Amino acid sequence: MTVAAVKPYRFPAQDTVDKFPAPLLYIGWDYHMMFCAPFCLPLPPTMPFGALIQEVLPGLYGYHPDFAKIDWSQVQWFKSGQPWKPDPAKSLAENGLQHKDAIRFRTPGLTGIKGSFH
Amino acid sequence: MDTRVIKRKLGLKERYAAMTRGLGWETTYQPMDKVYPYDKYEGIKIHDWDRWQDPFRLTMDAYWKYQGEKERKLYAVIDAFAQNNGFLGISDARYVNALKLFIQGVSPLEYYAHRGFAHAGRSFRGEGARVACQMQSIDELRHYQTETHAISTYNKYFNGMHHANHWFDRVWYLSVPKSFFEDACTAGPFEFLTSVSFSFEYVLTNLLFVPFMSGAAHNGDMSTVTFGFSAQSDESRHMTLGIECIKFMLEQDEANVPIVQRWIDKWFWRGYRLLTLVAMMQDYMLPKRGLSWKEAWEMYAESNGGALFKDLARYGIREPKGWADACDGKHHISHQAWNTFYNYNAAAPFHTWVPTDEELAWLSEKYPESFDKYYRPVFEFYREQQQAGNRFYNKNLPMLCTTCQIPMLFTEPGDPTQIAYRESRYEGDTYHFCSDHCKEIFDNEPEKFVQSWLPVHQIYQGHCFKPGVDPTAPGFDPLAAVLDYYELEFGRDNLDFEGSEDQKNFQRWRTGAA
Repeated sequence: MTVAAVKPYRFPAQDTVDKFPAPLLYIGWDYHMMFCAPFCLPLPPTMPFGALIQEVLPGLYGYHPDFAKIDWSQVQWFKSGQPWKPDPAKSLAENGLQHKDAIRFRTPGLTGIKGSFH
Repeated sequence: MDTRVIKRKLGLKERYAAMTRGLGWETTYQPMDKVYPYDKYEGIKIHDWDRWQDPFRLTMDAYWKYQGEKERKLYAVIDAFAQNNGFLGISDARYVNALKLFIQGVSPLEYYAHRGFAHAGRSFRGEGARVACQMQSIDELRHYQTETHAISTYNKYFNGMHHANHWFDRVWYLSVPKSFFEDACTAGPFEFLTSVSFSFEYVLTNLLFVPFMSGAAHNGDMSTVTFGFSAQSDESRHMTLGIECIKFMLEQDEANVPIVQRWIDKWFWRGYRLLTLVAMMQDYMLPKRGLSWKEAWEMYAESNGGALFKDLARYGIREPKGWADACDGKHHISHQAWNTFYNYNAAAPFHTWVPTDEELAWLSEKYPESFDKYYRPVFEFYREQQQAGNRFYNKNLPMLCTTCQIPMLFTEPGDPTQIAYRESRYEGDTYHFCSDHCKEIFDNEPEKFVQSWLPVHQIYQGHCFKPGVDPTAPGFDPLAAVLDYYELEFGRDNLDFEGSEDQKNFQRWRTGAA
């Protein structure tokens, strides 16, 4: 479908990668909705995936009592809803992450404050 | 020589005909299609504009008379309220946050509606539709003004209201109502009427207006209640226009049915998403409560709306696609939204708080299927943390839905444990959505929604700092720079109600007054 219009209707997209200091990545932690929504972050494509876990995620999620209990070897990752196995030694770009990709992680056994999924 | 001239006064019906239908003519210097270039391109086929039933047989002179009378009564009450320090009679200073939300997020929509109806009225070649739109356009301007006046007395005493128009164009959550109306106003005139007159005014308005006005009544805010009464007769006229417009389009040509159905699907869902803010207000911001959001939804949407769509079935219209998902959401959205504002209260010019024990008990009673299981534990956790001096403020920016622009806070229909994620690809970029319905709206008109002004993305693009700010300077604090751009006063307009200036002042004034 297209927009009904009286003239050709064409305008530039607002959020192409060239407009940002770095490509955007969306990150969500399943079953921890105390953080009301996934996060949106501009991250350098050269950043190793392991650095994302060690340096970025604590600043996002460290407040939650479950965060310190995460066994990172058991964590399940998803990209666009599909199971996904990132390599911590490789960069975000080498792991195939592009501008505005959405990734989530699930931490087995951890279900939020008093099991409320928050 | 005197001749006796009988001055015949026109009867009501003739006068009405002369002052509406009689005002139009077929143009001859220019073809009608050039004079009215916008009432065909949406694909709606109108064969006979004279079949338009005027929804409210009102002429302009009668209109001025009625509105003038209402105005006199309204301003008498507003003045008396202000002169007698009526604001001291409200239930609790927390209530004022509902008014902040109203003046920030609802009143500017009245102004948009004023512009939208003026434009739609100009676009229709049928005089009946034009006159009805013109009157509604003036109503909406009047609502914007009278709301501003009714609430202005509070602005003298409370924070969070002084810059409502400035915030409307900038602050993250206000992009939700703003983008809703910009989407409607940039559509053609028939879609505009379907969006605002039908989906919003006819199907959903009770869910917007009644909670605010009955909330005002329960909480001792007579100024706002009187505004509500003054607007009520306008609202019923607007609802009548909404249903008339839909029936007119459906009766004029069968080919209009699928177009109208798609608009109903779209605008029901957009309106429902916008009402998330009202749901939150109703369940959390009113110290004295009446109906819960869930009860209001069951009464105004499920039973009244259900009957409406049964009635429209004879035209081949079914209930909106998002209907079942909206009904499923009644157990959750108010709690999810309050949690969101509790998270991001550093960036919102009103206060949030953890409900009192009594209020938590009310929520448990009203939401037996969801509150204790999913939401109470996190609010109790917040309270413990706050008492320990560790109040939770989320300082990282959220992912937004490209269509409704709300943070991705909504869960899967049928599974309140899982945030819903949807995405589409368009011309090499990925776009994300909170629901099937927001995704479908995008997929139908991607060229429109790739232009979404998403506040989080705009901040990262550097467009939400004041001129001259250097985001690369050492020690740059992005949150402070964004709040400065919003012109939101940190520590006064934002943060928790507990310890706020509003709380302290109100307590002091009340004690002094007693």
